[in-house]
Amino acid sequence: MLDSGQVSSVELTQAYLERIEAVEAQVRSFITLTPEQALRQAEAADRMLATGEAFPLTGIPMQIKDVMCTAGVRTTCASRMLEDYVPVYNATAVDRLFSQGAVMLGKGNMDEFAMGSSCENSAFHPTFNPWDLGRVPGGSSGGAGASVASGEAVYALGSDTGGSVRQPASLCGVVGLKPSYGTVSRYGLVAFASSLDQIGPVGRSVADCALVLEAIAGHDPRDATSLPLPEANYASGIDRGVEGLRLGVPSEYFVEGIEDGVRRAVEQAIATLESLGASVREVSLPSTKYALACYYIIAPSECSANLARYDGVKYGYSDQQADDMWGAMEQTRRHGFGPEVTRRIMLGTFALSAGYYDAYYLKAQQARTLIRQDFATVFQSVDALVTPTSPVVAFPVGDKTGDPLQMYLIDVCTLPVNIAGLPALSVPCGFSDGLPVGMQLIGPHLSEPTLLQIGHAYEQATEWHKRFPEL
Amino acid sequence: MEKYEIVIGLEIHAELCTESKLFCNCAYIFGALANDCTCPICLGMPGTLPVINRRAVEFSVRAGLAMGCEITPSSKFDRKNYFYPDLPKNYQISQYDIPLCQNGQVSFEFEGELRTVALRRIHLEEDAGKSIHAEVTGDPTRSFMDFNRAGVPLLEIVSEPELHSPEEAIAYCRAVKEILEYIEVSDCNMEEGSLRCEPNLSLRPKGSKELGTRTEIKNKNSFQELIDAMEYEVKRQARILDAGEEVVQETLLFDASTGKTVAMRGKEEADDYRYFPEPDLVHVQISDEWIEESQPTLPELPAARRKRFISDYDISPDNAEFLTNTRPLAEFFDEAARLSGEPTTCANWIMGDLTRLLNTAEIEIQDAKVTPAHLNELIQLIGDATISGKIAKSVLDDAFETGKMPKQIVSEKGLAQITDTSEIETIVLQVVEENPGPAQDYRDGTKKAIGFLVGQVMRATRGKANPQLVNEILTRVLSTD
Repeated sequence: MLDSGQVSSVELTQAYLERIEAVEAQVRSFITLTPEQALRQAEAADRMLATGEAFPLTGIPMQIKDVMCTAGVRTTCASRMLEDYVPVYNATAVDRLFSQGAVMLGKGNMDEFAMGSSCENSAFHPTFNPWDLGRVPGGSSGGAGASVASGEAVYALGSDTGGSVRQPASLCGVVGLKPSYGTVSRYGLVAFASSLDQIGPVGRSVADCALVLEAIAGHDPRDATSLPLPEANYASGIDRGVEGLRLGVPSEYFVEGIEDGVRRAVEQAIATLESLGASVREVSLPSTKYALACYYIIAPSECSANLARYDGVKYGYSDQQADDMWGAMEQTRRHGFGPEVTRRIMLGTFALSAGYYDAYYLKAQQARTLIRQDFATVFQSVDALVTPTSPVVAFPVGDKTGDPLQMYLIDVCTLPVNIAGLPALSVPCGFSDGLPVGMQLIGPHLSEPTLLQIGHAYEQATEWHKRFPEL
Repeated sequence: MEKYEIVIGLEIHAELCTESKLFCNCAYIFGALANDCTCPICLGMPGTLPVINRRAVEFSVRAGLAMGCEITPSSKFDRKNYFYPDLPKNYQISQYDIPLCQNGQVSFEFEGELRTVALRRIHLEEDAGKSIHAEVTGDPTRSFMDFNRAGVPLLEIVSEPELHSPEEAIAYCRAVKEILEYIEVSDCNMEEGSLRCEPNLSLRPKGSKELGTRTEIKNKNSFQELIDAMEYEVKRQARILDAGEEVVQETLLFDASTGKTVAMRGKEEADDYRYFPEPDLVHVQISDEWIEESQPTLPELPAARRKRFISDYDISPDNAEFLTNTRPLAEFFDEAARLSGEPTTCANWIMGDLTRLLNTAEIEIQDAKVTPAHLNELIQLIGDATISGKIAKSVLDDAFETGKMPKQIVSEKGLAQITDTSEIETIVLQVVEENPGPAQDYRDGTKKAIGFLVGQVMRATRGKANPQLVNEILTRVLSTD
């Protein structure tokens, strides 16, 4: 519509700002709103459109999870520690979007430092699920899922370390993609777990996510772990259909705690894919049961080092009440970090410490290799795996905050994917008691085109993506 | 003290003189305004990532090859975790169990013998920033952090504990410094902190094979302080052991004002660095081709060069030491000796007049206008008696000033010796006539009166007469009259 001039970016942006004004008090998907900057970017986008030098994403309003650095705009990671922190540079992914004329409506709410599965760990306020405001939107990219579901943003950028893009997408009834590790630059993504983090898009449709991935993917010399990929081409070819594709259903993913409604919706979706021409078989990934433990050793270990820099010396929250420097550092970290972040830093410090390194961290890395090998073996006989994204639908706010382990168990289906560095796509596949269910497609390394192809075929054959929450 | 053997191992940290820091583009300039040489990466700002400086790896490989090390084909970086305000990320990116270089050795002359000390490893890591405390600011309630140095590449060279006296340890340090300077990977300036030597020192009963408990001494700004620190520490440990007590393994600071080592202030040393592989960096692969290509670019190292000077040029060990003090000086001498075929003469000129000129002008030989070609030409002009040795000195002065070649200077200033005997004889006769007194003294037996007359002839010829000829002709003239 923008291309044909039916509506301008400024008009579009204004419409979204009005929508935000109407529903944000209920949904609370933003930490910081940037309406003036958005309109300025919209004006610039309109100029780009006028000269014909536009990109697919030019002029489209979106949200950026507050874990990615935006120059001149407060970037808090939903933490007191960075409550007033303003970066001096843009994350590479953000830069790429901006240079293509994207319009940023604001920074998205999240679990503090990306640690959580419900968006209840934000130091400022929780976000609420547009499908039922008494329930969580999922996490840690809760703001991303909720803003796209509520119509407050066309798409959003989130980050995914153990499921943080896919799970909120699933709970909010929208599409979420975690690319293969190394596909999108991590420069400017505030680090949680360096070997697991990836930036990924949340959108209304598979095609939208493909377009966003195209804009942000690709080698970045500022990230030594980014892959030297050829020119990103994800959007073309998504309508190839699923005829002849082999899908695997890993039995270990239909876990004990899975809700009946979720199981039914995913099984129905698998049947739909079969009817579209895919062949389906049951497969096994025996190492799946180690993935949770593996993740909860590796991620906290890396995070304990990544978050060591927050000491009140150079930037961010700084507690000056203590008697001496060490006291000030301790107070800063005690008051700057929330309980979940503190918990994970302590776990990680312990797992790396002398006498425990071999038993925990080293063992976890070895288990990681086995998990990777399991996937590699299975992908010799199938092109993609189909699983539930989350074993549960959106749960009530406060339901699982009393028991961290309960919260951790929600990610059992998504965690193994990060451990193995693989790509995965969550696509809406039904409802259970009026709440969205998501289906996860997992593929071999760098198989995003295949996943998008499957997801798009499914989407076009169903109506889930046309449903909106009533707000 | 005689009952103990001193055992010392050295950890030397050298800042590499790469154009940018180890993981970012910042240039480090010693003496720059505080925090001027920084960027989000070396300040450890949220979201930043390290990227390896290839040149730093190249320098490290050169250093490893120059010290006879095995270069590890695939090495990695690790995070060394500890909290300190001058460490921006509160972890240092270093190398733990798979360093870039392993084994190796450094040889040096000590008390007339050739000593070889084994190296355990050489690895690459990033430097921390600098803390500025009350001693500088005068305010005991605050300290300041200057992150200019944070992220500068450091080479850490670890020796086996094979040194047995403070003096020997210094000789080893000097040898390493010399090598690093020669291969041009570091400025090795102790005062500026680009070279830091940290001894690990322990005592054990003479004859014992077991190592005693060691202490590590930090923070010395000169070789003199380093020696003082080690000597004090030896005495301190001996006193403890004599009293039947045990030495505590700890890190000590040397206080130059008191001449003593003291335990480091602040929190108890946390030994557990919780090392784990750096997830933001990939392995560093050094191929055989890379090593092959690096080998020829290594210059002849100082010890080998000294040996060659002594054997090929027949100069004394002391002179060889002087002439190989810096690589440019050694190369100057080498080239001049080769051109002229007169190494001893070259050596004398360089160690004497040329060094005097360099010191007065406060420049290094590589910045001087005088080149080996100049020296060679000068020596030739003396050799074929175009000029006298004395005139040559002033020609050298001129060449140093202007850069002009000696032949040009001699012709421009008309400094060529007068060797025409009839011309000299004319002047001699004139001088003898004008100075009958001294002439008569000589004839009467005071032979040294000729000196005055020679002087007069030289004056009359403005120093250009060939002194030997003057002497010969004067003697003849005075004897025949």
